Amino acid sequence: MKFDTPATTNPIDQLKIIGHATNRIDGPLKTTGRATYAYEWHDAGARPAYGYVVGSAIAKGRITSIDLSRAKAAPGVIAIVSAENAGKLGKGKYNTAKLLGGPEIDHYHQAVAVVVADTFEQARAAAQLVRVDYSAEKGSFDLSATRDGAAKPPGEGDEKAETAVGDFAGAFAAAPVQLDATYTTPDQSHAMMEPHASMAAWEGDKLTLWTSNQMIAWTTGDVAKTLGLPKENVRLVSPFIGGGFGGKLFLRSDAILAALGARAANRPVKVALQRPLIINNTTHRPATIQRIRIGATREGKISAIGHESWSGNLPEGSPETAVMQTRLLYAGENRMTALRLAMLDLPEGNSMRAPGEAPGMMALEIAMDEMAERLNLDPVEFRARNDTQVDPEHPDRPFSQRQLVECMRIGAERFGWSRRNAKPGGQRDGRWLVGMGMAAAFRNNLLMKSGARVRLDSSGTVTVETDMTDIGTGSYTIIAQTAAEMMGLPLDKVVVRLGDSSFPVSAGSGGQFGANNSTSGVYAACVKLREAVAQKLGFNSADVSFSDGQVSSGNQSVPLGQAAADSELVAEDSIEYGDLAKTHQQSTFGAHFVELGVDVATAEIRIRRMLAVCAAGRVLNPKTARSQVIGAMTMGVGAALMEELAVDKRTGFFVNHDLAGYEVPVHADIPHQETIFLDETDPMSSPMKAKGIGELGLCGVAAALANAVYNATGIRVRDYPITLDKLLHHMPDA
Amino acid sequence: MKSFTYEKANSPAAAAAAAAGSSNARFIAGGTNLLDLMKLEIETPSHLIDVNGLAFDKIEPTQEGGLRIGALVRNTALAADERIRRDYGLLSRALLSGASGQLRNKATTAGNLLQRTRCPYFYDTNQPCNKRTPGSGCAAIGGVTRQHAVLGSSESCIATHPSDMAIAMRALDATVETVRPDGTTRAIPIADLHRLPGETPHIETTLSAGELITSVTLPKPVGGTHIYRKVRDRASYAFALVSVGAIVQRDGTGRVAVGGVAHKPWRVEAAEAEMPRGAKAVATRLLDGARPTRDNSFKLALVERTLAAVLSEAKG
Ligand SMILES: Cc1cc2nc3c(=O)[nH]c(=O)nc-3n(C[C@H](O)[C@H](O)[C@H](O)COP(=O)(O)OP(=O)(O)OC[C@H]3O[C@@H](n4cnc5c(N)ncnc54)[C@H](O)[C@@H]3O)c2cc1C
Ligand code: SF4
Repeated sequence: MKFDTPATTNPIDQLKIIGHATNRIDGPLKTTGRATYAYEWHDAGARPAYGYVVGSAIAKGRITSIDLSRAKAAPGVIAIVSAENAGKLGKGKYNTAKLLGGPEIDHYHQAVAVVVADTFEQARAAAQLVRVDYSAEKGSFDLSATRDGAAKPPGEGDEKAETAVGDFAGAFAAAPVQLDATYTTPDQSHAMMEPHASMAAWEGDKLTLWTSNQMIAWTTGDVAKTLGLPKENVRLVSPFIGGGFGGKLFLRSDAILAALGARAANRPVKVALQRPLIINNTTHRPATIQRIRIGATREGKISAIGHESWSGNLPEGSPETAVMQTRLLYAGENRMTALRLAMLDLPEGNSMRAPGEAPGMMALEIAMDEMAERLNLDPVEFRARNDTQVDPEHPDRPFSQRQLVECMRIGAERFGWSRRNAKPGGQRDGRWLVGMGMAAAFRNNLLMKSGARVRLDSSGTVTVETDMTDIGTGSYTIIAQTAAEMMGLPLDKVVVRLGDSSFPVSAGSGGQFGANNSTSGVYAACVKLREAVAQKLGFNSADVSFSDGQVSSGNQSVPLGQAAADSELVAEDSIEYGDLAKTHQQSTFGAHFVELGVDVATAEIRIRRMLAVCAAGRVLNPKTARSQVIGAMTMGVGAALMEELAVDKRTGFFVNHDLAGYEVPVHADIPHQETIFLDETDPMSSPMKAKGIGELGLCGVAAALANAVYNATGIRVRDYPITLDKLLHHMPDA
Repeated sequence: MKSFTYEKANSPAAAAAAAAGSSNARFIAGGTNLLDLMKLEIETPSHLIDVNGLAFDKIEPTQEGGLRIGALVRNTALAADERIRRDYGLLSRALLSGASGQLRNKATTAGNLLQRTRCPYFYDTNQPCNKRTPGSGCAAIGGVTRQHAVLGSSESCIATHPSDMAIAMRALDATVETVRPDGTTRAIPIADLHRLPGETPHIETTLSAGELITSVTLPKPVGGTHIYRKVRDRASYAFALVSVGAIVQRDGTGRVAVGGVAHKPWRVEAAEAEMPRGAKAVATRLLDGARPTRDNSFKLALVERTLAAVLSEAKG
């Protein structure tokens, strides 16, 4: 189905099942331990052996020798695979560094070998007997030190490295009110609960990989490319994923080393990355240095806005696109943005939830707070004065929907923003300095082709098959709701099967594009199935209706299953998009509000309450949507207050490589969260009229906290995370 | 993890003797620290002696009017004990600020005292670490040191002792009771249990080979207001950046021990004498000779400010 004109009324608009706060249909499987995760397919084939990955002990250099003699002789060891005996390996399209290193080493904990043994414990013990000698080289590990040598990265279209409109320099210089400030965000880890894990089994030259992966088609392709197999010979199965946040968008070493290990051991092999390897072996969100300049009239109209961002990556890696939102969020006639990329020998930087916008908003939305203060304007008012209903770089492109101002105003009202004391440091509650902060939320809505197959059987049950994944987001549930709505069925008459490369290719889970696109693909397949049902029953498809398990036309009405009485009816289709995203800018908007306390003695920051207001198209399921947003708000608290991969700049690795050292928020950090979704449908986005939500909820949260800390203390911290040591020396006497 | 042999000890003396009889044995209690370290091969005992069967799970009054806490009393049980909560509130509060409910259910009194540092370089066997591999060097010095010691550190090691409970025990003047392989027992003042790193950071306590902790005794209650203040980035489930355990009497005198700053609970009796004169006076003495790094120099101000908050809270 080609979606190239705005959606009109369609069966989804009935909202009998879509739009309801349905519980997750996969919830009982998960709470009773029956959802099978990647490392749990013990019964899928022959008894598996276990692989344990050895990571490089240096960040850059060469392996001079590997001595496997002791490891090979260890109890239970079946095979050891390293670059020496792995055969020729390609590199996946989505990988920057090789997944099996050696003799060259590209980053710390790059895999150099996998030890396969009968049990996990034996594999781990033997892995510790592998002796690798290295010759280390000097690497580049410090973003701020390499900043001046950073280059303009290649990039086209939305990814282009630079944009300019009008005369930024002139307008900025002439502006009566100016801000020129630099902000930094640190490297961050996805820190998902389930480690990267895979089990591989070969049948001749055909490979099955049970894995934990967000993007089945990308990864199937990259497995084939890496192992030099035809794509048809690779099957990926990933029905349940214990969190990803972008860390599982790509093929990683667990999958490739399971495959290589299984080939060498002639047996299925399981590999899970130990927690320290997740930090330094897999991808992370790269650190940024961001300079923001804003010039405004005394009335608070932005006349010049400039945003530059520096980040680093391995050779051939891409930049963190932290300036993206600044191209779209606020008005201003004179504008510039620029990305710069430095070469670093740290582990690979890549997407983490809301790549680009998440760190970009962390900086931009502090800058907006600083500007509002200089202008003596309320932060909500200043943003509202600079709202734009068109793409400010291309004023002929309107936004399809843009309710930023509504989000801020409603949020301010509901949060009691008027009670905020505009004077920083002015509010005291016992030992606490109390402050409120807000920030806009913004994230683009991305359209991606997405396919699905639907099957109708004689019992009237519809089974949906798509390689879409559910990374804890609720995909199973909203897909079931879509099929149920389209086919006029109750939810329990729909079965959803996901995450299998033998199913039609979907958008996958990433970039908050999963929900809207994958359900639209299911919509398209259901439209075809409705036609097939009508045809089979000899009904005129123009006036057929599907409801309560019945198909009706004129005065005839039969149970849906009757259409499949002799044989299953199968329909398959994809949603594909025309030019609507070119003619209209599609984005999602919101506003975050936070109240927190800062301990006057210790400068510990403790949140009191948070509110997010979102305008993001149709909300398919308010319960799973809320869950996405409160999870994202929690992640924003981590980004604001604690998350930082600490770089050892001498040897080039992230030192705090477990969940004791890399802190993410715990329950005690999150006392109260509220979410509001504005009633919105966006007919430009898809037949579902929905957009993404999962990343919107993160964008802006950290800045709202930073602004609240400033409001509480009068201390402006521009370097994340905002830890007490950055406040302590400026705090008033207790 | 390296292979090891395992036995369950059925008497304290037998446990100590078994430990002495094997060149590289360890006692295992709750296992919440030891097992993690064994998986990473930071600890590689060849023999494990499980002491969980020994009858050290009681809290009993001593003749001196104090309490004897069995070495195996779990952190949860100790924190919840009515006598501890009434007379030694500092200990209860320190325990409850540590780890998580699940961990405290397993963690024992002796194991908690003997838990090892959380220096991240100690946990990465690719890195030089004098504590893990004597003589290999210290990767932390010159590296990432926000958590590390500011007091009592050496050129060999700047690690801290991470226990919250030990800070309270130190302020309460606890005594550690042990039995040695030859069956003799001794009582070690808590102040003498942990050592500073010096040139031998791998030797962390004054216990001898095979010496088994049987109990920890607390002297008669000293009254006063008991406050344990643990400062950290997140609200729970994090080790202290700095912690202050204090007992403050009505007249402003009292005791104070500080955590997160050294290789052992840090208490300076001369500094305590300054308590009536306020936090600044105490901190000046307490932090005398501090050698912070660039990453952790904030701990000096943090100690003083936290102390000030604690003393003012005690005044009520
Ligand atoms: C995720 C996490 C977070 C934590 N957070 C905190 C925190 O915030 N604050 C805090 O204070 N602690 C914290 N801890 C540490 C926890 O308190 C310790 O792991 C626990 O107290 C150790 O007790 P155990 O009985 O399990 O010791 P074990 O692991 O069994 O033993 C530890 C050591 O003590 C020795 N040992 C045990 N019993 C005896 C005995 N009777 N005589 C002689 N030697 C003995 C063992 O040989 C071993 O060397 C945390 C731990 C974890 C895993
Ligand atoms: S500080 Fe101590 S524990 Fe840490 S690396 Fe140095 S020697 Fe090892």
